[in-house]
Amino acid sequence: MIEVIIGHYNYWVVILLMMAGFYTVINRGNLIKKIAGLNIFQTSVFLLYISIGYINEGTMPIIAEGFDKYANPLPHVMILTAIVVGVSTIALGLALIVRIKDAYGTIEEDEIHDQDMSL
Amino acid sequence: MIDTLIDITLLVFLTITAIAIIKIHNLFVIIMLFGIFSLHSAGLFVVMDAPDVAFTEAAVGAGISTVLMLATLALTKDHHEKKPKHRARLPLLVILITGAALVYGTYDIPSFGDPDSPAHQHVKPRYIERSVEETGVPNVVTAVLASYRGYDTLGELTVIFTAGLGVMLLIGGRLRSRKKNET
Amino acid sequence: MKHNLILRVIVKFLFPVIALFAFYVLFHGDYAPGGGFQAGVILGVAFIFYALIFGLVTTEQVIPPQLLRILASTGILIYISTGIVTMLLGGNFLDYDMLAESPVTGQHIGIMVIELGVGITVSAIMLMIFYAFASRGRS
Repeated sequence: MIEVIIGHYNYWVVILLMMAGFYTVINRGNLIKKIAGLNIFQTSVFLLYISIGYINEGTMPIIAEGFDKYANPLPHVMILTAIVVGVSTIALGLALIVRIKDAYGTIEEDEIHDQDMSL
Repeated sequence: MIDTLIDITLLVFLTITAIAIIKIHNLFVIIMLFGIFSLHSAGLFVVMDAPDVAFTEAAVGAGISTVLMLATLALTKDHHEKKPKHRARLPLLVILITGAALVYGTYDIPSFGDPDSPAHQHVKPRYIERSVEETGVPNVVTAVLASYRGYDTLGELTVIFTAGLGVMLLIGGRLRSRKKNET
Repeated sequence: MKHNLILRVIVKFLFPVIALFAFYVLFHGDYAPGGGFQAGVILGVAFIFYALIFGLVTTEQVIPPQLLRILASTGILIYISTGIVTMLLGGNFLDYDMLAESPVTGQHIGIMVIELGVGITVSAIMLMIFYAFASRGRS
């Protein structure tokens, strides 16, 4: 039991963070807060990937003499590009929020829905 | 040992920040907490031997994302979110079920840092052993990013370019048309 | 923030350091942690930092928005044309072995050129997105 906890607590905390982000996305009506929740979800997925690439008593994947255990470089590459792609897509979402504010005068989901219904 | 200690401390910080983001209704505070969240996760990336990722996360998450969200907040001028009218029973249920399913799934994942896990058996040894003699670049992450997975990176770059174009089309064009009207 | 002396002096001191660090990260990315994506983001952050303190008008005099559009496309063009050059030299698309006498040197050159292209595009796009948001607030 103790071994399972030591070996998996990292994944469990990451899942907790993921669910915190997910909860913010589906429960809250404010669009900026939704984006913040989406960002937390995204960051916790990054943490999950990097956790899988980690190796005990290893070192960072830069080849040098005197080391033979390296972390897995493949998740690093994927997450590295995913972070920069993530910020671009988040910027696109924020730009949509700015336009929604212009069109509806609010960034609360309920009020936007009410305005759509009353048309 | 010290690695594990730092790891646990940072994970606790991350959890506290995430819960604070759910609880707090002031959007300015939420955005600042989000910057802190990103910085902590960058620290965690360093502990988990991923300095390249930590670099990017520190500059992007704590830098650009936070500035962009603050800019959006300044443009929308709503600094407080409205409290939800209904009780959050259904979302909570969805979260609990999804979380439980994911935790159940982790029992099949090998332990954290296990050198014998399948993720370390395939492709990775090839990269570690051959990348220096094939590319002459000691930083394996750079070699994989630019050489072995060059097509992938080209695609990612195109995605970034397209997202930038999308932002320009959505909110960047107004200034020029106004100038035209003035002249 | 026009009258905050401390911030202005610190930005003037830090801006060249951050920009230089970005280029160090870009061109030393083969031996140390770093590469095109990080360098691009750091360079973008340097200009955003400058724009936050000195205002958008001053920054647009240093880097006009039109130049950013050209730079953003130039980066991708560098990337794709490297691939096409390797095809013309008789290899596959993005097969850097052809770029020099020995495959290892060719790979090294190819990787650095690609990283340069990535860095240019990423920094230009980051700054372009920031300009879009900031100029919206001015109107």
